Amino acid sequence: MSVFNVPVDIEVFEEPFSQSDLNARYAKLNLVHGSVGAVVTFLGQVRASGDKTDVTGLVLEHYPGMTERVLRQHVETASSRWPLLGVVLVHRVGAMALGENIVGVIVASAHRQAAFDAVQYLMDFLKHDAPFWKQEVTEKGTDWVEQKQTDVDKIGKW
Amino acid sequence: MSTKAVTDTVVPASNSNSIKVLFFARLREKMGFSEVNFALSQAVTVADLQVLLGEQYPHFFDLPQPILVAVNQEFAGPEQLIAIGDEVAFFPPVTGG
Repeated sequence: MSVFNVPVDIEVFEEPFSQSDLNARYAKLNLVHGSVGAVVTFLGQVRASGDKTDVTGLVLEHYPGMTERVLRQHVETASSRWPLLGVVLVHRVGAMALGENIVGVIVASAHRQAAFDAVQYLMDFLKHDAPFWKQEVTEKGTDWVEQKQTDVDKIGKW
Repeated sequence: MSTKAVTDTVVPASNSNSIKVLFFARLREKMGFSEVNFALSQAVTVADLQVLLGEQYPHFFDLPQPILVAVNQEFAGPEQLIAIGDEVAFFPPVTGG
């Protein structure tokens, strides 16, 4: 069934997750002992200043099914492009508070450059076309976040 | 999916000539609903469907641009053909991560 030649764990869910949770997922990939030379972890968090200032939280909507499909396609492309040994990619949806983790990525490879590049690639493409939509919550209400041209432009370098 | 519809005898009659149309985020709010079964008499393109939706739901033409389209959960352009039983989604540019 899996078209991946490396172990991957991709999931979209509502519950909060910690860096330990992310690491536990990575441990479950059960990568061959001694094969990994570099592990890069990225955590995206809810911050107080985005399109609005004094943001108190976010609400994320997504397209169940298509989201996972798009994420899998990007992980697949990344693993064909770099010699990756394992990938964890999780993303929260629903309501989340300031400082909480929204997105978590772990990429393992034999070498540092591949691991760093693949994490950047996955985040750039996730922000470009994975069907998630963010709303910022402030005292004054809830507003949809606009896609940034700088995020669109980042795709060009790949 | 279409193969299943043909062999599945319990598919409701009301769905036998329709597609599922989905709206997300800001577009869902402006339309006032997230999902509708839309009847089609024949296969149409994405561009054709947009005209048909606008005729039935005048709000549709007022939706903020740009609008992204996915057919069966894959991004689609205006010339992409839509068949009975397909799932077609309209949504704004994405803002995850």
